[in-house]
Amino acid sequence: MKLESLISMLQRMLGASTVTLEVFFLTLIFSLPLGLLVAKGRMSHLKVINVPIKFYLLIMRGTPLILQLIFFYFAPSSLFGISLDRFWAAVLAFSLNYAAYFAEIFRGGIQSIPVGQHEAAAILGLSKLQTFFKIILPQVIKNIIPPMGNEFMTLVKDTALAQTIGVMELFRIANTTSSQYFSTVPIFVAGVFYLAMNAVVSYGFSFASKKLNYYR
Amino acid sequence: MSQTVLKMQSIYKSFGDMEVLKGISFEVKKGEIVSIIGPSGSGKSTLLRCATMLEKADSGNISYDDINMIISDLEQAAVYADKKTLKQINRKFGLVFQNFNLFPHLSVLQNIIEAPMCVANISKEEAKKTAMELLAKVGLADRAGAYPCQLSGGQQQRVAIARALAMNPDILFFDEPTSALDPELTGEILKVIKSLADEKMTMVIVTHEMNFARDISDRVIFMDEGVVVANGTPSEVLMDSANPRINQFLNKISNE
Ligand SMILES: Nc1ncnc2c1ncn2[C@@H]1O[C@H](COP(=O)(O)OP(=O)(O)OP(=O)(O)O)[C@@H](O)[C@H]1O
Ligand SMILES: [Mg+2]
Repeated sequence: MKLESLISMLQRMLGASTVTLEVFFLTLIFSLPLGLLVAKGRMSHLKVINVPIKFYLLIMRGTPLILQLIFFYFAPSSLFGISLDRFWAAVLAFSLNYAAYFAEIFRGGIQSIPVGQHEAAAILGLSKLQTFFKIILPQVIKNIIPPMGNEFMTLVKDTALAQTIGVMELFRIANTTSSQYFSTVPIFVAGVFYLAMNAVVSYGFSFASKKLNYYR
Repeated sequence: MSQTVLKMQSIYKSFGDMEVLKGISFEVKKGEIVSIIGPSGSGKSTLLRCATMLEKADSGNISYDDINMIISDLEQAAVYADKKTLKQINRKFGLVFQNFNLFPHLSVLQNIIEAPMCVANISKEEAKKTAMELLAKVGLADRAGAYPCQLSGGQQQRVAIARALAMNPDILFFDEPTSALDPELTGEILKVIKSLADEKMTMVIVTHEMNFARDISDRVIFMDEGVVVANGTPSEVLMDSANPRINQFLNKISNE
């Protein structure tokens, strides 16, 4: 491969990696709060709340993500005649899918906090909301750092699935570039990009884990 | 005549089909120190938990300073007061747990100022000042910045007491405050409780420390199988009792 074509290939891939990063961050922004809500709903004693949520969790975790991507891209247009932009269809599918996994992690984390913490807060007069955000959630975050790290890293790699509905993300660009230049180099370059992103994610999590190690 | 801080009447509580409290009644007057003793499983913790709303009583009446927390209707089902009243009542009591239940992610100081700041809306400066005074009182002024995991059990329990006092309760409940501690650490907690007694703090203490109960209490309540078997002065209940259940319990405790 010539140097200038190598440079233009790298430029294209750098551009595509911003799409990948956008999918990654937008998914987190939507799925983390949603996951927390779903976790709370899953723990509700009301059947009208927890039964539909159990169903949602089963669907999201029980079917392939690639199928969900296709569904959210094609279903709105064939069912309601509205067409969703490919990029936003991907973000929607990823967000709903990851929210399900995050919800189960949050639920495990919330349930691992001893009941005495809730009771101590209640006696002191803290409201349910204050108790959750000031007492429970900070402890939950510390406890769920390892499984969350796994999910974040998986998400980085899963963004490549967005190409199935035509999102011009990193791996799709790597593929097209690869066939254009009759070379597998772009594929491996993409691999390096994913690895670099996940190195940052991994570093971020071990940093957070160290930061939160000041107690217990 | 001194004022009644807490009044409990005919409290019933079952878990499933196991009846744990079978019509408990007693009162606590301002400045009084009441110890509750009795065999394991007799319902002492459940009683404190009903008094502090951690558990719902099935029927009976509970009032603090003549404000009703629960009253029972004619069908004998407990009816709780409205939310606002319950919030007001919640401010009247504090509870010290057997296993401290400090917030592990907060420093000693933060543990103490959290509730005064977000429940009583006291300024941070003011809350800190009070917290430091309370820490000095329990002998931990130099540990304000420490985290609970860096403290011994005895120290953690003293922080828990300071945390409860920071909300300035009218009555403080203790559920076996020394039971989770090594024997050599119980003394420091009992000393703190003693100093509160000297300040005429109203207290209800569930304890297995018979000598302590005898020394500190104005009144001792002996509970067994969900009923109050005896309610009187320490000497009436602990020394001159003719009740075989009490004597059997006291013998068992002193043999341990
Ligand atoms: N949440 C609950 N669910 C079911 N049963 C309970 C519950 N809490 C307490 N019990 C039962 O109620 C009975 C009284 O318990 P409680 O803890 O009030 O006794 P206690 O007098 O405090 O005993 P101890 O001296 O061992 O602390 C026990 O048989 C206990 O198993
Ligand atoms: Mg108990």
